[in-house]
Amino acid sequence: MSRIAVVGCGAVGRSVVDLAGDHGHDVVAVADSQGAAVDPAGLETRAVLERKAADGAVGDAAPADALAAPYDVLVEATPTTLGDAEPGFSHVARALSRDRHVVLANKGPVAERYGDVRELEAASRGSVLFEATVGGAIPVLGTIDDYGPERITAARGVLNGTANFVLTRMAAEGLDYEHVLAEAQDMGVAEADPSFDVEGTDAALKCVILANVLACGEREFTLDDATVEGITRVPGSALDLAAEDGRTVRLVGEATADEVRVGPRLVPDTSPLAVSGTRNVVQVETAHADGIDLSGRGAGGPETATAVLADVGRLPPLD
Amino acid sequence: MTEPEAETDPEPDGGRDDRPQAHTIRLELADEPGELLSALEPIADEGGNLLSIFHERGHITPRGRIPVEVDLECPPSRFEGILERLRNEGINVVDADAERYGEHLTVLLVGDLVGTDISDTVTRVESSPAATVEDLSLSAPGGPAEQASARLRLATRAGAADEALGIVRTVAAEKGLHAIEPLTEVSR
Repeated sequence: MSRIAVVGCGAVGRSVVDLAGDHGHDVVAVADSQGAAVDPAGLETRAVLERKAADGAVGDAAPADALAAPYDVLVEATPTTLGDAEPGFSHVARALSRDRHVVLANKGPVAERYGDVRELEAASRGSVLFEATVGGAIPVLGTIDDYGPERITAARGVLNGTANFVLTRMAAEGLDYEHVLAEAQDMGVAEADPSFDVEGTDAALKCVILANVLACGEREFTLDDATVEGITRVPGSALDLAAEDGRTVRLVGEATADEVRVGPRLVPDTSPLAVSGTRNVVQVETAHADGIDLSGRGAGGPETATAVLADVGRLPPLD
Repeated sequence: MTEPEAETDPEPDGGRDDRPQAHTIRLELADEPGELLSALEPIADEGGNLLSIFHERGHITPRGRIPVEVDLECPPSRFEGILERLRNEGINVVDADAERYGEHLTVLLVGDLVGTDISDTVTRVESSPAATVEDLSLSAPGGPAEQASARLRLATRAGAADEALGIVRTVAAEKGLHAIEPLTEVSR
């Protein structure tokens, strides 16, 4: 059992708070951008979530109070930011300086400042895990860790549910990109500003994280090192021609220890990578056992929280 | 006076059949000095352009001969002549073009395909010894002025898929087209 502090109270942070008890953990602090709720003896999580739903803030304490709370594991679930990856990076640094563990749902620190995070971790008794940053509930990083990243030659997959939903609908309905995107926005599958998903940035961040893991410290990647192309230039006619030939187009991300590449690719209909709708899939290519296919839900509050709490369970005791 | 340019290509489409193409032949040679040279000379004499020679000296067939793989380029009409000449010279031709186009790959091109001359695009891809275009499907639902898509099925020599894709990528980039490449999947 661990004492958890959750920073960031979006869909993922709220689900972590909601499901922590089910995993046998106590939530001792929750912070959003407005305030915080802190109780070293364990918060009444339902009350915290009800208050968040009612007035948009989790509590009256200052957000910084959550970072100072007596937790074992800090769950960093603030929105992903690029460049300096703040404020997420500072939250990670603070927890590690206190010799506490960190579990990231925020991709920023491990996509943009992987070397810095690893350096701080090396100087701390705490560890950093980030399963939730790649493929939601799918145990991609856990699988790579089990085999050893040095025995994984590549990872590739469909890592953005919004882009995959759009491509799936375009192929099924013979509609063009703009029509399907509008539909996806109405359904809540795509955000009002979908560029992060449809331009390939989100998938690229996940692949950058994979490449950082596969490089085993030999090389550090950031988003700038990735070759990225989105799906906005894929017309319905291209999907029609692919379908005539038993194929389809998927936004595929590829990561090795040397390269990160994201772009629309032709895959056979029968390929494990030809997943439908918002599902994600990752193929892990092993040195001695060919490919391992992992698929499942790559986004969503409870799905991502499931990966976060799996990480919390993997962490060693601190004392 | 130079010849008028039009005469160099009087039939832009009909003349395509006898453009030089790449071929692979596999020979078995006796392990004796001069054998390799005597096998290559007929190829050059008959108008073949040698692209590469893979001489597997360490490997000997059960009959005590050395396998050699030769890549060459020649007009299709001359290829049979080269084979006949080799056989007449007593050279053991094991295979001709058996593995030449061992792999197929499909690639999509998107953009102003008509305005950028799809015929020229195909010709440019085919000018590489790495690829031939086996099939082409075009879809331009919005009419020739709108963005169109093409599906190209390429045949490539085993192991030359990357080279073939590289040519497609280069031609697409030069013409402002968008290439959707196939994924080389995890071997299983």
